[in-house]
Amino acid sequence: MRSAFVRSLMALAEEDRRVCLVTGDLGFGVVEPFAAKFPSQFVNAGVAEQNMTGIAAGMALCGKVVFTYSIANFPTLRCLEQIRNDACYHNADVKIVSVGGGLAYGALGASHHATEDIAVMRALPGMTVVAPGDPIEAETATRALVARAGPAYLRLGRSGEPLVHSDYVDFQIGKAVRVTDGDDVTLIATGTMLHATTQAAARLAREGIAARVLSMHTIKPLDVEAVFEAARETRAIITIEEHSVIGGLGSSVAEVLAESADCHVRFKRMGLPSAFTAIGSREFLTKSYSLSVEGIVESAMQILELAPSCA
Amino acid sequence: MQSNKHLPADTHMPETRSGTPDLAGYARTIRIATARMIHRAKSSHIGSCFSMIDLLAVLYGRILRIDALRPAWPERDRFILSKGHACAALYAVLAEEGFFPKSWLDTFYQDGSALGGHAMHSVPGVEVSTGSLGHGLSLGCGMALTGRREARPFRVFVLLSDGECDEGSVWEAVLFAGHHQLENLVAIVDYNKIQSLGAVGHVLDLHPFAEKWSACRWAVREIDGHNPDEIECVLRQVPFEANRPSCIVAHTVKGKGVSFMENELLWHYRSPSDEEFQAAFAELSSAS
Repeated sequence: MRSAFVRSLMALAEEDRRVCLVTGDLGFGVVEPFAAKFPSQFVNAGVAEQNMTGIAAGMALCGKVVFTYSIANFPTLRCLEQIRNDACYHNADVKIVSVGGGLAYGALGASHHATEDIAVMRALPGMTVVAPGDPIEAETATRALVARAGPAYLRLGRSGEPLVHSDYVDFQIGKAVRVTDGDDVTLIATGTMLHATTQAAARLAREGIAARVLSMHTIKPLDVEAVFEAARETRAIITIEEHSVIGGLGSSVAEVLAESADCHVRFKRMGLPSAFTAIGSREFLTKSYSLSVEGIVESAMQILELAPSCA
Repeated sequence: MQSNKHLPADTHMPETRSGTPDLAGYARTIRIATARMIHRAKSSHIGSCFSMIDLLAVLYGRILRIDALRPAWPERDRFILSKGHACAALYAVLAEEGFFPKSWLDTFYQDGSALGGHAMHSVPGVEVSTGSLGHGLSLGCGMALTGRREARPFRVFVLLSDGECDEGSVWEAVLFAGHHQLENLVAIVDYNKIQSLGAVGHVLDLHPFAEKWSACRWAVREIDGHNPDEIECVLRQVPFEANRPSCIVAHTVKGKGVSFMENELLWHYRSPSDEEFQAAFAELSSAS
């Protein structure tokens, strides 16, 4: 996903000289081509995320579109107040990019697990929050964020994420992508959980269960209409995210459903508990927390047994 | 270029201003306006305002290339008040300079006012919002870097407090500016040596202060931050050295201008009573 991002960013930087990249001394093997080709649009701020973000805001206030880049929690939590006061308050064109959202750096331990970032970024005024579901979404999201003025958070996986979409996706910020259609259960996935979710839907189909899969790549602003449609047209909704169940996609959807007078639908949030996560590969960890194909299938079967049929 | 050439006629300004601006008189006007605002609002930070008003008077009176009629002029010099808690003085200067009506000053700190207790970019002439310490220099670095890369003529001035230099983010920016040779960036530290809970030397000593900036490849000058001629002289010399950002350590007195406020920690917080305001007004008015 990070390669897709950088590829997209390089194309954008070529077309639009306002586009800049500021890294917090991370991105080995990824940012060098950008730095080599666009030296006047690149800054390595050093291991100094607060300054990185402040610089980015200052550049943006002089007319630039600035991507800050680091991994895990470093570009978000470490410099949260700079994001809030310098970027968001000024509605500055600062796009924060984190590589390794979720458990991608699983074996490195909890310091490197970005598991509350969506919740925190989502709470900031004016902030757009996007977690692409595959490399194609990452590429198109990067372009869409340049076109959309104001601060944004782009939460990426790491590398080697499988493609979910074929070669094109109608990507619009704030508009969910319906990957599969179905009227039994809606599986709303964000970011790196999209692939496992589509696989779970395929397995459910073999069991005779029609699952609608939504790629909710934009958590803020949320595609409220897609949630309402799911509530009206399917019997249950499950949200799936590589993030704490507090404050992320699941919470966003729950808020919409809870405030709606006429949505009576079974609902479940799948995600990480509010606890410091264990050590291990992403595959090991996601499986441990049921964020696996099997886990999603099981949750869908369970919730449908409990859900009253509309028929 | 003078910043005041587009100003409307101003009855409160010292008479000499339209010809050769009287910087001491200008500073006195700002101190009185600031005291009036803080007294009326029952707000804080009068000591922090008074320590930097002579610096502001020279910057706005003689140095900054700005235009009150075009606050967003792309090539304006950028001035960032990183010690945003002293915004009452900045607002008073901006009103004097004609960025907004002076009547706004009467609403300072009031419900629904445009003028809050920390600098806000929604106010004409205020470059960026500040209030949380340790943000301004990074913003200034980003602006200066962009200006240099695009060969634009503007300069960036950032005014910091001494207590603010406890913030690690300040030193991230100091390192950055030195490394990137941002000679269009000027940091001015209002070194009044009193911070929130006591003397800087007791809370978290900055000494040796100028040396810290020098060590990070800044060109540093130390001045009396209340001597208008000295302030103007040093500000006209920026950049002090090629390929280095400039730092001015301005030795100042917290509460400068009102004898009972000078060097008193209390006036970081206290708002003058009616009697204290009258006494301050009398002292400021009689100063020459």
